[in-house]
Amino acid sequence: MPTENRAGPIRLVVTLGLAGLFSGLVLVSVFLATQPLIKRNQVEALEAAIYRVLPGAETRKVFVEQDGKLVEAQSADGVEAVFAGYDPGGKLVGYGIPAAGGGFQDIISLIYGYDPYEKQIIGMQVLESKETPGLGDKIIKDQNFLDDFKALKVEPEILVVAPGTGADANEVDSISGATISSKAVVKIINQGNEKWRKLIDEKTESEGQAE
Amino acid sequence: MSNQPGLYEETIKGIWRENPVFVQMLGLCPALAVTNSAINGFAMGAASTFVLVGSSLLVSMFRNLIPKQVRITTFIIIIATFVTVADLSLQAFTPLLHKELGAFIALIVVNCLILGRQEAFASRNRLPYAVGDAAGMAGGFTIALIMVGGIREILGSGSFFGVPLFGDNFEPWVIMILPPGGFLTLGVLLIVFASVKKRSDKRKQVRLES
Repeated sequence: MPTENRAGPIRLVVTLGLAGLFSGLVLVSVFLATQPLIKRNQVEALEAAIYRVLPGAETRKVFVEQDGKLVEAQSADGVEAVFAGYDPGGKLVGYGIPAAGGGFQDIISLIYGYDPYEKQIIGMQVLESKETPGLGDKIIKDQNFLDDFKALKVEPEILVVAPGTGADANEVDSISGATISSKAVVKIINQGNEKWRKLIDEKTESEGQAE
Repeated sequence: MSNQPGLYEETIKGIWRENPVFVQMLGLCPALAVTNSAINGFAMGAASTFVLVGSSLLVSMFRNLIPKQVRITTFIIIIATFVTVADLSLQAFTPLLHKELGAFIALIVVNCLILGRQEAFASRNRLPYAVGDAAGMAGGFTIALIMVGGIREILGSGSFFGVPLFGDNFEPWVIMILPPGGFLTLGVLLIVFASVKKRSDKRKQVRLES
């Protein structure tokens, strides 16, 4: 404990200023040192997730939007892109569509697989979320919830219904205790569909005619 | 400082006699929240150890330079810095574990065990004692988390540190890895610890009287 009873205001400001300065320096250097690794981890996680939401796919191509059309691109770095997955025979399995939006706490980012032939979702995985541990974070692991995304019709628009009542092919049972997070996931997917589905469907149709 | 206990006593007291979870009842939030498996308990314990030892080291080193009026603020700046470093490192080196522990790593900042040790001990004691105290307390905290996590994992998933223990016939007691399991396990452990302590205290008293 300091020996003097009252430190002057200048001393207080200087102490806190120095503490903040050193803390800032440490944080910036640790941030710079860990950022490349964290980025790489995220890329690897995305890569693994693409194949998980497109069952059967073994290779993938990147597509970006250009003048209202999907065109192939070399990398998805820094641009919005979708990933077309192909099975070993070269047949298209579907498109992995990354999407993000507001959850209960913070942005939820996820990727889902879309099969343009059947017009249905064939898989979904949450990539990053800060939902309430034990409640909202069930969107990551709850098997019943994830199973709802294995053959989910996208027309008409996907709906969230109360747990145990989802019967129709376009309905998802919300997780009890995590209604807001469940709804957020479906909303994010619907927004992703709005953005990408028309492009993907048009491309699939034109390819079908060319064959 | 003649009547201060030795360095060894200051270090070892956190493990058992003043165990932060079982005796002081500090840091119960992470002890309940992340302990659905032994590995999660261990990781939380390790991250808290890093933060507690690092903060105690700095606080004790600068204890004579920090004015009394801003000491809590300064402690929090120091603690928050260590927590962010731990958070980023886990994210960089063990992304799966980081995903598992989620928001709780950032919440180490508000673990009252850590601020409590700065205020009660590190800011009043010389460096070796402060580090010893922090290491002992953190060790006791980690052991407690592994115990709670281990028991919950064995009963709730039938494994320990991810290694399956029982055959296929084992029906996991799922409630143990859900939040109520945390309360149940911690409550039972508290009863066990309190009764063991009571008995050993009584024995000591008998020895003193005879």
